[in-house]
Amino acid sequence: MSERGAKLIKGATDAWEVVIGMEVHAQVLSEAKLFSGAATAFGADPNSQVSFVDAAMPGMLPVINRKCVEQAVRTGLGLKAKINHRSQFDRKNYFYPDLPAGYQISQYKQPIVGEGEVTIDLPGGETRQIGIERLHLEQDAGKSLHDQRPEHSYVDLNRAGVALMEIVTKPDMRGSDEAAAFLRKLRTIVRYLGTCDGNMDEGSMRADVNISVRRPGEPYGTRCEIKNVNSMRFIAQAVEYEARRQVDILESGGSIRQETRLFDPRAGETRAMRSKEEAHDYRYFPDPDLLPLELSPAWINEIARSLPELPDQKKVRFIGLGLSSYDAAVLVAEKETADYFEAMLAEDAEPKAAANWLNNEVFGRLNKAGVSVLASPVSPAQNAAILRLLKDNVISGKIAKDLLDIVWDEGGDPYVIVNARGLRQMSDASAIERMVDAVIKAHPDKVEEVRKKPKLTGWFVGQVMKQSGGKANPQAVNDIVKARLGIGGQG
Amino acid sequence: MSVDKQTVRRIAKLARIALPDERVDPMVAELNGILGWIEQLQEVDVEGVEPMTSVVAQKLRLRDDVITAGGDATAIVANAPQTEDNFFVVPKVVE
Amino acid sequence: MIGLTDFTMAEARDALRARTVSASELTHAFISAIEGARCLNAFVTETPERALDMARQSDTRIARGDARPLEGLPLAIKDLFCTKGVRTTAGSKILNNFVPPYESTVSQNLWDAGAVMLGKTNMDEFAMGSSNETSHFGPVINPWRAGNSNRNLVPGGSSGGSAAAVAGQLCLAATGTDTGGSIRQPAAVSGIVGLKPTYGRCSRWGIVAFASSLDQAGPMTRTVRDAAILLRHMASVDEKDSTSVDVPVADYEEGLDGGVKGLRIGIPKEYRIDGAPPEIEALWHRGAEWLKGQGAEIVDVSLAHTKFALPAYYIVAPAEASSNLARYDGVRYGHRAANTHDLTDLYERSRAEGFGAEVRRRVLVGTYVLSAGYYDAYYVRAQKVRTLIKRDFEQAFETCDVLLTPATPGAAFAIGEKSDDPVSMYLNDVFTVPVNLAGLPAISVPAGLSETGLPLGLQVIGRAFDEATVLRAGRAIEVAAHFGATPKKWWAA
Ligand SMILES: [Mg+2]
Ligand SMILES: [Zn+2]
Repeated sequence: MSERGAKLIKGATDAWEVVIGMEVHAQVLSEAKLFSGAATAFGADPNSQVSFVDAAMPGMLPVINRKCVEQAVRTGLGLKAKINHRSQFDRKNYFYPDLPAGYQISQYKQPIVGEGEVTIDLPGGETRQIGIERLHLEQDAGKSLHDQRPEHSYVDLNRAGVALMEIVTKPDMRGSDEAAAFLRKLRTIVRYLGTCDGNMDEGSMRADVNISVRRPGEPYGTRCEIKNVNSMRFIAQAVEYEARRQVDILESGGSIRQETRLFDPRAGETRAMRSKEEAHDYRYFPDPDLLPLELSPAWINEIARSLPELPDQKKVRFIGLGLSSYDAAVLVAEKETADYFEAMLAEDAEPKAAANWLNNEVFGRLNKAGVSVLASPVSPAQNAAILRLLKDNVISGKIAKDLLDIVWDEGGDPYVIVNARGLRQMSDASAIERMVDAVIKAHPDKVEEVRKKPKLTGWFVGQVMKQSGGKANPQAVNDIVKARLGIGGQG
Repeated sequence: MSVDKQTVRRIAKLARIALPDERVDPMVAELNGILGWIEQLQEVDVEGVEPMTSVVAQKLRLRDDVITAGGDATAIVANAPQTEDNFFVVPKVVE
Repeated sequence: MIGLTDFTMAEARDALRARTVSASELTHAFISAIEGARCLNAFVTETPERALDMARQSDTRIARGDARPLEGLPLAIKDLFCTKGVRTTAGSKILNNFVPPYESTVSQNLWDAGAVMLGKTNMDEFAMGSSNETSHFGPVINPWRAGNSNRNLVPGGSSGGSAAAVAGQLCLAATGTDTGGSIRQPAAVSGIVGLKPTYGRCSRWGIVAFASSLDQAGPMTRTVRDAAILLRHMASVDEKDSTSVDVPVADYEEGLDGGVKGLRIGIPKEYRIDGAPPEIEALWHRGAEWLKGQGAEIVDVSLAHTKFALPAYYIVAPAEASSNLARYDGVRYGHRAANTHDLTDLYERSRAEGFGAEVRRRVLVGTYVLSAGYYDAYYVRAQKVRTLIKRDFEQAFETCDVLLTPATPGAAFAIGEKSDDPVSMYLNDVFTVPVNLAGLPAISVPAGLSETGLPLGLQVIGRAFDEATVLRAGRAIEVAAHFGATPKKWWAA
């Protein structure tokens, strides 16, 4: 573990290192459930996506879904992890109304995926490796609703049996920023892979965050597990709060009790779960209804060959095209964004210009409008056309932005719009000269002044641009103003 | 190995089977009868022996990702002791 | 003149094909027999209307010349097989009112082959028992009685209702399930044939699970031929059961009379147990002589870990059962305790009220052997012993083709005689359990009567998926034994 002094948090007496590990539950993208043929779609009527297997009716048996296995392998490969050719499903036994069989089918001793790693991107272009301990397949539980009636809870099994990948990290994260960056990166990777939609609002990704603190150099402290944190923002808040809580306890001479806690987003606090910590004893044993899962190397290779370019590779390639590390990181963070950028390149846009244009103009407008890049009213081809007009000096930078607004609101071919609305840049020197001369003639006082303060040249340029409605080529205006005023050099 | 009252109570709790006080002693005796008899397994030399995970020599079959079930909530809740609007109803669960 | 209920299944099949009897007549005869034998308590649920309806459809098909292999043959189904629209209880109060919205693969296979359902047979609760005394619906009475005694005897278990129904001629044949002997042991003490197929031969889909790695459905019949016929139509390769094995189902009736000439019959010395009645040892010896007389070669073999099979079984089976039975929690179906004050109370009381004493005991044993700190010492060790037991069989089958053993350590006993001591009850399965642990096929064939005139059986064990040879050897014993004895119909008086 590298020493990262800057990460330490200050207590009253000491500096403390926060140690974070995570267990992320990511819902596998598949049509049907892990062990049954019921649908997985979100938001259906109660118990309408439940098979007799999911409801644990007597005599029902699990049969595994090939797609879910493939998705786990695909994710494992995306995490640069070891794929285990033989894995085993176990039963985790406990009673709960949303767990119909009284056990969850999971993988305990022999998971489908072993050790791997994820590169996280930190501010300033810095990166860090976070170790992956394992990934295993398991069933999701159903849902209990507690707010319908004072005396009762309602149970809906639509989610029961949906395939989850539980991704367990090593305790490699050292701060709330790293924890959030990890989850963000993991989400990016699974979305690139198409193995999980990463939709945290619908619970497609939930994280259990293990947090402990220690003085640098000391062994790991006792950890607390914060259950089911379901947004990036909450992760950071939960880590900050929990680390501070533990430091306060330790510095006041107390000790940390290993426990499971909940994050309360409204209070911004973690609190111990109310269910009394009756010693859990899950009595894991191999599920006798299922045989060991054996994967052929040929199939694993086939899946590996079908893997898309992942964000890290894409980022390197983008940097090779001349992008800054920062711009490249922004573009690859969402696959849709990177795809959009690449679609512009396919329309012959110049990479660096396209990246600047997207990052400075397009994404801002999309954010403001709350529209995803997939639903952008301006297509990559239209953006590429605007950039081409700019590059060819047909329009000025100012007009380019106006043109973007017009295309955004009204659609249409940027070339046609430029011609139809007379937005072409004025590069005809004699016309510009006439305008410059008119401004000089109208403002003799300013002409006096500019001889003493050459900086005032800009004022003349501005006036001319204004008169031209932004269409005059600013460089040409600048040159002519200087020539007419007799100001030398290109200062 | 043998079990005592406390262990039997703990197991009954884990198994969610109510065990009235007057049943604890008899159950301790019954379980110890069985466990004592099972104890003879300790004689077997199992050094280097793989535990059996499946008696059949077959690979796990994988099914296609196709929706073949569900869509009938009434059949799912038809046998339930208490339901409302196709939900199963249980006493309030406190987290 | 023989009555319609005296037919073997093969005879009934031939009579239906020859149209000397109709499916409706046959079904009527069995419905009357069942009504007249209610004191045996063999059925939990009778389905006469459904039976007559199915029989009428069979008669239509027979008339059209469109008969299926089991067309019009009335059968009884152990109440562990889920039957769509017909209450399925597993012999338990906790499933007292459960009506499955689905049909088990095995029973569906039978209906698809044209068979007629007479009803659901009584059984030990969740198939946990060797005497059918643990059923919520009361014990089943064995049609056989010792000598001139009036004492009620157990039919064995857990498929005791099926055994009594076949022995008492209340059906042509019945389905059973066998986790540690639950087909073969009741078959032996009720004077009928019972076959446990290779694990994975019959689908477990829709059969209420007891111990998943051991459970296997099989036929209970009057003759070995009937077992061959019924097995063919119970068995299938089922994509709904991951442990169903991809081996095509054979025509087991073909080659049934091929004899045992040249067959090597293994006699495992470890099956000679202390305290077994001499008549069991004598029967076993006689069986070997019969086969030898028909040209088989007798080979002494050793199954060294036999004595550990029963204790290993009583770890593995309860462990799996404790997990399989967790779903009976009073939430989605089944018994729910009244006036519960919270969720834990609901679970604990529903399960305490819904499960009988033996089930509760085994669930607790299973919970214990899987719990933290004991898992390796009990469960893992038992699964290792299981590997050794399977290895013993594999080695034995290097020098022989089938094994011959007694089916049970004794004849039927009286109701209540062994119910105080679980372990002595468990010992009834001493000869049958090793077969389940190794997943092998085995048949129990009636081979003689005890000193008191009660039936005794011999067991033939075969290689995995070699049901054909097991049946052929079983048939050879049947021929030599000339068993032919039937219980006096004292209940019909
Ligand atoms: Mg976890
Ligand atoms: Zn999990």
